[in-house]
Amino acid sequence: MSAPGTGRGWGRRGLIGIPYLWLLLFTLLPLAIVLKISFVESRLAVPPYGPLLETGEDGFRLGATLESYARLFSDSLYIRAYMSSIRYALAATLISLLLGYPMAYAIARAPKAWRIALLMLVILPFWTSFLLRVYAWIGLLKGNGLVNNALIALGVVGEPLPLLNNSFSVVLGLVYGYLPFMVLPLYATLERLDPALLEAAADLGCRPWRAFLEVTLPLSLPGVIAGSLLVFIPAIGEFVIPELLGGPGTLMVGKVLWDEFFNNHDWPAASAVAVAMLLLLALPMATMRRFLREEAR
Amino acid sequence: MGAAAAAPLVRLERVVKRFGPTRAVDDVSLEIERGAFFALLGPSGCGKTTLLRMLAGFERPDGGRILIDGVDVAEVPPYARPTNMMFQSYALFPHMTAAENVAFGLRQDRLPRREIVARVEAMLELVQLRALAGRKPHQLSGGERQRVALARALAKEPKLLLLDEPLAALDRKLREETRLELVRIQHRVGVTFLMVTHDQEEAMGMASRMGVMSQGRLVQVGTPGEVYERPSCRFVADFIGGVNLFEGRVAGAGTPLSVECPELGLRIAVAGAAPSGAEVAVAVRPERISLSTQEPGRANRLRGTVQEIAFRGEASTYHVGIAGGRLLRVTLPNAGPGTAPPPGVGAAVWLGWDAESGVLLTS
Repeated sequence: MSAPGTGRGWGRRGLIGIPYLWLLLFTLLPLAIVLKISFVESRLAVPPYGPLLETGEDGFRLGATLESYARLFSDSLYIRAYMSSIRYALAATLISLLLGYPMAYAIARAPKAWRIALLMLVILPFWTSFLLRVYAWIGLLKGNGLVNNALIALGVVGEPLPLLNNSFSVVLGLVYGYLPFMVLPLYATLERLDPALLEAAADLGCRPWRAFLEVTLPLSLPGVIAGSLLVFIPAIGEFVIPELLGGPGTLMVGKVLWDEFFNNHDWPAASAVAVAMLLLLALPMATMRRFLREEAR
Repeated sequence: MGAAAAAPLVRLERVVKRFGPTRAVDDVSLEIERGAFFALLGPSGCGKTTLLRMLAGFERPDGGRILIDGVDVAEVPPYARPTNMMFQSYALFPHMTAAENVAFGLRQDRLPRREIVARVEAMLELVQLRALAGRKPHQLSGGERQRVALARALAKEPKLLLLDEPLAALDRKLREETRLELVRIQHRVGVTFLMVTHDQEEAMGMASRMGVMSQGRLVQVGTPGEVYERPSCRFVADFIGGVNLFEGRVAGAGTPLSVECPELGLRIAVAGAAPSGAEVAVAVRPERISLSTQEPGRANRLRGTVQEIAFRGEASTYHVGIAGGRLLRVTLPNAGPGTAPPPGVGAAVWLGWDAESGVLLTS
């Protein structure tokens, strides 16, 4: 018979172990495979890349090469794609924040009975396929689409506005797709904000607008950061939106990755693009983490 | 200016506040003099906090007028009122240090930096927290947070300081120390304090005047001594301190009045005036009743048996059963060792009180 503490200890360890096992199998392992592919040569074969360790007549040969990474820097396409992705993601994050903050604030201040319903409205689009919803935007934005037809019918414009296949439609799509990820964490922090704090601010001579800047905004910063990361990170690697709404002229990492993988069949190059993107994202995340930890102290 | 100085600082005229169908504050009129330490006492839900919040400007009265220093404040928003509030939860800004919390109100007035620093230091000195000026609220104990809240509310030198259950969140020992501390600080700064509390000991121990509220109404206003000794109605008598309440009917006019009390099987002699036949109650404080083995020479006398004794340190409360089963509460000081032992449980005793010791209650 084991001591009662030991049995409980194993049960607890097992329970904590499940998410770790999940991460290991479905995040770390694929990541390792991608990392490995990024370091080998591209080949016309199945699979279309060479092995990391090759056995030849004269023993082992290391198949590792930095060639794919070197290309990231030598071909300006990649740098331009990264910069353009960052710009799109930043614009989408900023606009989502400006739209999402008042939304989250209004929901958090709404009567309790309404809040769930309003939150449901924010989440409701998730019930339809993401792809379908992005396709729907094409119908809305194209030259003889709903928006242009309505504007022409109303006499606001004489001829169709170029609403599709440009940076406007990409940012619009990104904001549309990721706004809920901004609203939800913001709502969570704003809802927890003690209303007595705002009363205290008013009581001490603070007008509502200043109370917002001095009390509400700083205290909702963790929500701002969480929401911004939740929008920025997926937006930077987004493929569907630039592909469908951006047209051929839009350059984003997700599209470059797709082209390398499916059109050029250069898996090592595609893997290198992915790894570089990961590193690019790890940097702002680590910074934010440190900031949040200091804030909590 | 002589007349203005004599005028009350706060004047409530028939103030009404409704929440849906209930009248949270029901036709309350009240005056609070300058420099007073006024306590609003009542059970939870009696409307005392709503009244406080109307003075702070967080709630608008549905009727009546509120004047602070002679000015009708109906249209004055909270941030422009000459009042400051100490919140029950303290409502300290969690992202600011103790000093920054105290400075918050002063910064809103755009005072020069040097002046703010000096004033913050003086306030933290007043509440003996200078050493902890750089701490954030979550790094402070409950008592320390309470003092930061007080310093923050006093920093702007309000005409009226509103305190919402200022001691409720403290543990018992700290609460008793802080009571004296608050009174001392009030004397030092000279600001008028209006405190809301449900704790009658707190109200009586700290306030210079107090008002008792019940179901939205202000039922009695007076000094703690007046309210305790001459409660205006059954509610006040019962709510404040221990009391023996005897229901009865006025049997005959005269001095003292005679009240027929079937519960006691006795005609109670009591000072006061009421028409013959009126339904009244007589309230007698437990410490006004004497307990003896011989029949006492008092206007009201009863026989009983000691059923239970609750020792409370400086005094003991005797529960004495009388014929008919009713229990009376009698409080006797503990004389201590070397004196004749008091009657024990089961002892047959006489109870007695004078006509002046009872209070006639007509409502």
